[in-house]
Amino acid sequence: MSTGTAVPSRRSPARRRRREALLRLARDYARHRAGMAGLAALLGTVVLALAAPLLVEPGELTVTGAPGSPYEPPGRAFPLGTDNFGRSVLDLVVWGSRVSLAVGFLATAVSVVLGTLVGVAAGHFGASGGRGGRVLSAALMRVTDWFLVLPTLVLAVALAAVLPRGTATVVLAIGLTVWPATARLVRAQTLAVESRPYVERARALGGGHLHVMLHHVLPGVAPVVLAQTTLLVATSIIAESTLAFLGVGDPTTVSWGGILEAARTAGAISSGIWWYMIPPGLAIAAVALSFTLCGRALEAVLEARPREPR
Amino acid sequence: MTPLLDVRDLHVTYRSGSGEVPAVRGVDLSLDPGASLGLAGESGSGKSTAALALLRLLPAGTRTRGRVLLEGEDVLTMRWGRLRAVRWAGAAIVFQGAMHALNPVRRVGDQIAEPLLVHRTVPARRAPARVAELLEQVGLPASRARDHPHQLSGGQRQRVMIAMALACEPRLVVADEATTALDVMIQAQILDLLRRLVAERGIGMLMISHDLGVLADTCDRLAVMYAGRIVEEGPARKVVDEPAHPYAAALGAAFPRVGDPASRLAPRGLPGDPPDPAAPPPGCVFRPRCPVAETMCATVDPPLLPVEPRESGGPPRRAACVHAGPARPTTGEGVR
Repeated sequence: MSTGTAVPSRRSPARRRRREALLRLARDYARHRAGMAGLAALLGTVVLALAAPLLVEPGELTVTGAPGSPYEPPGRAFPLGTDNFGRSVLDLVVWGSRVSLAVGFLATAVSVVLGTLVGVAAGHFGASGGRGGRVLSAALMRVTDWFLVLPTLVLAVALAAVLPRGTATVVLAIGLTVWPATARLVRAQTLAVESRPYVERARALGGGHLHVMLHHVLPGVAPVVLAQTTLLVATSIIAESTLAFLGVGDPTTVSWGGILEAARTAGAISSGIWWYMIPPGLAIAAVALSFTLCGRALEAVLEARPREPR
Repeated sequence: MTPLLDVRDLHVTYRSGSGEVPAVRGVDLSLDPGASLGLAGESGSGKSTAALALLRLLPAGTRTRGRVLLEGEDVLTMRWGRLRAVRWAGAAIVFQGAMHALNPVRRVGDQIAEPLLVHRTVPARRAPARVAELLEQVGLPASRARDHPHQLSGGQRQRVMIAMALACEPRLVVADEATTALDVMIQAQILDLLRRLVAERGIGMLMISHDLGVLADTCDRLAVMYAGRIVEEGPARKVVDEPAHPYAAALGAAFPRVGDPASRLAPRGLPGDPPDPAAPPPGCVFRPRCPVAETMCATVDPPLLPVEPRESGGPPRRAACVHAGPARPTTGEGVR
């Protein structure tokens, strides 16, 4: 047995291997051109959202501080024209990316945490919790199914209407409606991990439910959760826009869906003010698309680890 | 001296979609501290099921009857908290197929530390030192703790499994096909290691394998299982060299002996398959495949009885066959 190999330092080889594994992951990801395009667009949007206070004067986004006259078509002063109050549409869209991204990320976090908790618990107790565990697992999954068959939008609208208005409400409403898909996915993956011999070994050495779930199941389902997260962000951003468009969002903040709603109520469609409608719509589509592209590429890279590149 | 492990009339019945499948049908085992017992048998004979039943690791819905006394305490009636404490601290398992029994995404050092932290054997900050100590005991450099399982060879992974089994200093170690997937050189090293640990620490070892040669070399006593029942039990060398039960003889003959040309020229396997455990044949379960079966074997289910009159001080030896031993009953007792 080759146990006597001279190891110069304890840490450096392990650290090097980890770096190599990350590099390999990055190389695999770089092969997906769509994924790279999505990542580039995403980074651009995030930088834009973070830099928005430098580019936009918040005072100019208020109705009273509008710098231009109503409905100026795109031109030198306002590249994307102005809205019915004379605000720059470009500024609105840039500022709106902040709320859209923040709500997208936070709502995703809520639903991923909730979905992972429910999925891991249902999968684990269903597989190795005895009779009581199977009852708990079945109960959890029925609740999940119930949320799954409820029309997401209707539930979100109802929640947003009942809870006090604000960004946190929007986050909660979206988070509470998109988690069931994650729960189902995580449960399926948990069942696969639970059937592995190392889980039996962990039980044999006296590990309790928490030990098995934290140390063995969670690392096993992490890649799936990661890919699911990126896909969910796109869903959440669209959901946020939809809620804002329907007027149940936070009216005090500027978001892409909110701009669209303002354009609709101002009658921009009938008066042919295209520059008021199209930029926020395109922004929603572009960000949702880039998240989806990233998610798909990540999924392909993580799923295809042991296989040959296609 | 109370035995370390005392299994009495153990029955295990799996519940499958089509009904009940008795996998273990009345097994008695006894093991003293510092002794080693081999459990042999082909696939499906119930040997792994019996081993898992010792720590109640069988899937939910499986029925287990009988008594499993571990240092006088019945494992089968233990409360859940006590059972968790006994798992690994009282009896540890070296699993078959070390490549699958290790979590591929966690470092082996963290996995060896798992039982230490679960049972709070040592405080968390002392765990790395204890892991290094354990790795050195099984002949691996302590720096290997930072590796992932895929960076180790099969033999090294099996050593890691043994280190993990020793972590809480259990009184009993169950080695379930611990060397089956290894090549013969590594197998010899691992067996040597296990034998040394048993001798040095007074651990009791229950070793499960289909390889009679391995068991004969490693264990003091040997039990041969067939269709959920022990058919022969006795001192390891005797059982291998002068088997009393035709199944033990066939199992021993199925392995060619290196350096014995005669065994090459006389390939002796065993025709047929083990019986369907859901519907065992009447009489002796081995009868359909038995080369020396008689008409009485179709009705008589022979119990496990002493083979020969015990010599003074000689260890007992038992077999379940109408042909074994001089003093056999002519009528069976039926299914026990």
